[in-house]
Amino acid sequence: MTTDKRYVMTMDTTKCVGCQACVFACKSENNVPEGYARDWIVETVQGQFPNLSAEIRSERCHHCSNPPCVYACPTGASFIGEGGIVMVNHDKCTGCKACIAACPYDARFIHPDGYADKCTFCAHRVARGDQPACVTVCPTESLTFGDLFEPDAKVSKLLASRKFKVMHEDAGTEPNLFFLI
Amino acid sequence: MEPGLVEVIHGRHNPMIDGAHGMHVWGWEVPVYLFIGGMVAGATILLALYELRFKEKPTSLSAQLVPWLLLPLMGIGLLALLVDLEYPTHVYRFFLAFQPASPMSWGGWLVLTVNAVWVAMGLGSLSATTQDWVLARSGPVAGVLRWAFDMGEAYRKPILWTALAFGVGVGIYTGLLLGTLVARPPWNTAILPPLFLTSGISSGAALMLLMPLSDKEQHTFVRWDAAAMAIELVLIVVMVISFVTGSAADQAAGHVFLGGHHMPAFWAIVVGGGLIVPLLLAGFEIAKNRPLTRLSPVLVLIGGFTLRWIIVVAGQEASFASLAMAH
Repeated sequence: MTTDKRYVMTMDTTKCVGCQACVFACKSENNVPEGYARDWIVETVQGQFPNLSAEIRSERCHHCSNPPCVYACPTGASFIGEGGIVMVNHDKCTGCKACIAACPYDARFIHPDGYADKCTFCAHRVARGDQPACVTVCPTESLTFGDLFEPDAKVSKLLASRKFKVMHEDAGTEPNLFFLI
Repeated sequence: MEPGLVEVIHGRHNPMIDGAHGMHVWGWEVPVYLFIGGMVAGATILLALYELRFKEKPTSLSAQLVPWLLLPLMGIGLLALLVDLEYPTHVYRFFLAFQPASPMSWGGWLVLTVNAVWVAMGLGSLSATTQDWVLARSGPVAGVLRWAFDMGEAYRKPILWTALAFGVGVGIYTGLLLGTLVARPPWNTAILPPLFLTSGISSGAALMLLMPLSDKEQHTFVRWDAAAMAIELVLIVVMVISFVTGSAADQAAGHVFLGGHHMPAFWAIVVGGGLIVPLLLAGFEIAKNRPLTRLSPVLVLIGGFTLRWIIVVAGQEASFASLAMAH
C-alpha cells in the first residue's frame, strides 16, 4: 500500500536504560490486559568477562512495509493503515492466529477478548497530532517517532546521520523500527 | 567460554507466545484438521481419477458412498478448526472477505465450496440399483432426487474434473498456508505443499483401503497409493537435504528432522512406519497380486497424522526470533 506518510520509530540503544516506562505507558494508554505486553524490554549481554558489552532495547511491532501478518490474514482484519501503521480491526478478527504465526518478531498476541492485538504506534494519538505514549514518557529520549517522508523530521535526521540496524532483516519484512547503535 | 552472546533477559511474557517451548498458538486442533483435510482431498483426487481413467463408476458400494462420507469427515475437521478459533462467533468473517494473498482465505472458500462438489460427485457415484433403493424410500422428495441423480449423471465428466481440481486445491493449500510463513523456518519451504498433497493422497487411499472394495478398486488404489508414498518419500529426502544445506534459518529447520527432539518420531513413525513399511507391504501385495492385510493403511494414517503433528509443533518451536538469539 502506498501512503503519503511513512511512520517509523527509532530506538537509541545507546540511551536506553531499561526503565520500562515505555512498557507501563503503553499498558496505561492502551488498556493492555494484565500479563500481556504490546512493547517490552530486551537486555542482551555479550562477550567474555570482564570484557562485556550490554544492549538494552525497547521492542514492539515493527510495522513492516512488507508485513507477513497482513498477507496471512484471511479476513482483512489486519491491514496497513495511515502512514503504513499495521493495524488490526478487532471486529473482523476471528482469532485464527495466522498473523501471529506469520510474525517473525512474535509481536502479536491474543487479547483475552479473542482478537489479535499488538502495538498500533498509538495511531489514535498520532491521528490527533500527538506522539505515541511510549515516546512521550521515555526519560532518556531514546525513542523517536515521526514521518520518514518528511526530511526535517527528527527520525529522518537520525536515520541519515546515525548507524542503525533492523531486526531479522533476512525475513524480508522491511521493518520500520530502527535500532540506533 | 566462547566469546559471543552470554545472556538475554526478555521482558515479554505474552501467553501462548513466550512459553517454555516457544510459541504455542496452534494446539491439537490444527494437525487434526490438516490431517483430515489432506485425507479427504486425497480420497477426492483418487476417486475422480479412477472414474476418469477407467470411464466407469466404482462398483463397490463403499467406494460409491465415499463422497458422502467425506462431508461429515470434513465436518469433523472444520469443527476442530472452529474450536481453535479464539473468536469462534466471528467465523462468518471468513466469508465476508476474499484475501488473495492469504492461503487461509483461499482455504476457507475452498472447504466451503468443496461440499457442493462432493454432493454433485456423490449423486453420480451411486449405481442405478442404489439410486432406485434411495428413490423408493424418499417419498415426496423422490422427484427432486430423480432430477438430481440425472443431473449428476449428465454432467459427470465436468463434475469429476472439478472434483479433481478441488481435491488438489484443498490438498495443496494447507501446505501453502504453513509454507508461506517466513517466520517459522521448518514451514517455510516450497516442498510443504506437494508433501502435504502426496501425504493426503496416500492417506485418502488408506481410508478407502480400509473399506470393502472390488478387486479392481483395491488393485488400483494400492498401486496409486504406492506411487504417492514413493513420491512423498523423495520429497521428504529433498526437503531435509535442502534444509541442512541451506541458510541459518534452513539449518535450524533441518535440526527438527536431524538431531532435534522430533527426529525419532519423524523417522520412525512418519518415514519408517508410515512410508517404508507400507511401501514394502504394497510391493509384496502387488507382486503376489492379492490383498494382504489392513495393517498397511493403518500405518499410513498414523504416519500422515504424525507428519502434520510434528510439522505444526516444530514450526511453532522454531521461531525466527529464537533463531536470532541462537546466532
